[in-house]
Amino acid sequence: MNLTSDQQILWQHGFVKLNGTIVTTWAMMIAMGLGSKLVTRKLKTEGAISRWQGLLEIVVTGIEKQIQDVGLNQPKKYLSFLGTLFLFVALCSLCIVIPGFRPPTGSLSTTAALALCVFVAVPLFGVRGQGLTGYLRTYTEPTVIMLPFNIISELSRTLALAVRLFGNMMSGVMIVGILLTITPFLFPIVMTALGLLTGMVQAYIFSILAAVYIAAATQVHKQAVSKAPPSG
Amino acid sequence: MLIDWFTVGAQALNFLVLVWLLKRFLYKPILNAIDAREKGIAGQLADADAKKTEAEKEQTEFQAKNKAFDEQRTALLQKAAADAGAERGHLLDDARAEADKLRSDQAIALRNDRTRLGNEITRTAKDEVFAIARKTLTDLAGASLEERVGAVFTRRLGQMDAQAKETMAGALRAASEPALVASAFDLPAAQRATIQNALNETFSADVRLRFETAGDAICGIEFSSNGQKIGWSIEGYLTELDRKVDELLDAQPAPASSPSMAASQQKTEPAKPDPKTAPSKRPPVEVAVGAGAR
Repeated sequence: MNLTSDQQILWQHGFVKLNGTIVTTWAMMIAMGLGSKLVTRKLKTEGAISRWQGLLEIVVTGIEKQIQDVGLNQPKKYLSFLGTLFLFVALCSLCIVIPGFRPPTGSLSTTAALALCVFVAVPLFGVRGQGLTGYLRTYTEPTVIMLPFNIISELSRTLALAVRLFGNMMSGVMIVGILLTITPFLFPIVMTALGLLTGMVQAYIFSILAAVYIAAATQVHKQAVSKAPPSG
Repeated sequence: MLIDWFTVGAQALNFLVLVWLLKRFLYKPILNAIDAREKGIAGQLADADAKKTEAEKEQTEFQAKNKAFDEQRTALLQKAAADAGAERGHLLDDARAEADKLRSDQAIALRNDRTRLGNEITRTAKDEVFAIARKTLTDLAGASLEERVGAVFTRRLGQMDAQAKETMAGALRAASEPALVASAFDLPAAQRATIQNALNETFSADVRLRFETAGDAICGIEFSSNGQKIGWSIEGYLTELDRKVDELLDAQPAPASSPSMAASQQKTEPAKPDPKTAPSKRPPVEVAVGAGAR
């Protein structure tokens, strides 16, 4: 039994290979891009709007509000990254209701890729927010002794992000697959519904944790500056 | 091995492409649409606020104009009421003055009519009295009125007291022109002669006489010289007759045009005795001698 869709090799040429994870991800990308293009093609700026436009506005403004609630005062700067994280993971979780669909987020490679993206994005946003030295100084907070611990914390939380999402998504799919062989009737449906719930929760957790990491990286220096006595 | 590093790299690349796709086709259009709608709503709210402010301003102006209009209307109404009151007073005064003038004119006309009627009655009565007396004397005594008047005048001359006679004699002596004997009717030559003789005898002188028929002026016979007069007339009778006629006229009901005045006159004036039933006071025959007295 394949644990992940990575092992479904569709095409391979040396190191380069095309597996199920990549193909489903492309399908998800095409669906999301085309859906967005179709919905935003006829946006209305006044009067009654379409239901799809209303839904997307609710989703976008909801994500924006969540980012703002985390502490990022300019949510539009982070909306593309964090919103895409949430939408991708959430849509992958929703698609488990499709029979035979194996979500890309059930692959540790995908979750590791997402966690790596967060791992890279956090210092990028931090450097953009408070400069290179300002960001690097956060690793020595509160004292220099904490530098290795901070680095370990940065790496471990990336690993935790990847494994948490992978474990939850993969376990849900695996449980449904196992139960289908034992009790092929009602119980897998209940577990699928539960998997939908946990998938949405994991999407929210993943996005919020990424936002919290970015907020921590961009605001530590500001807090230090605000605590410093006024000069001059 | 759970992690395929090529897949990791590919998925990271896929994720970045997805980020760009969603940014291009989802976030930016949606956020732009939301911003445009919010801007439109803000514009509409600002427009509504501006219109509300304008409406409140216009309402304030309208209320101020309305108040000014009410005050102006009240002032105009008061002025109109005062003007109407003053005009009413003027009209009433004018009407009252007009009524007074009409009443005065009517009273004057009535008085003139009464005077003219009295004169007419007096003249007619005098003529009738003389005619009746003449006819009565002719029928009963076979004497003419002129003859009897002359006789009475002659007798009166004889009955004059000494002082009156002396006064008249002095006047005759002082007169440069002939004395005048005026009568209401033509005196026959015989009567003229009788009167001439009586005057000559009375004043013991040849009195020069000039006879005139005075018509309406004298109600009998009158002898005058140098401002002194002596005569006989029926003026007393006529005066009495005139008084009774006045009483009759006063007893007549007022004209229909002024019933209130007639009523007031009937109320205020005492009832006059009926001239037919009341005892007639026949005045004596007037014989007057004096300067200008008749």
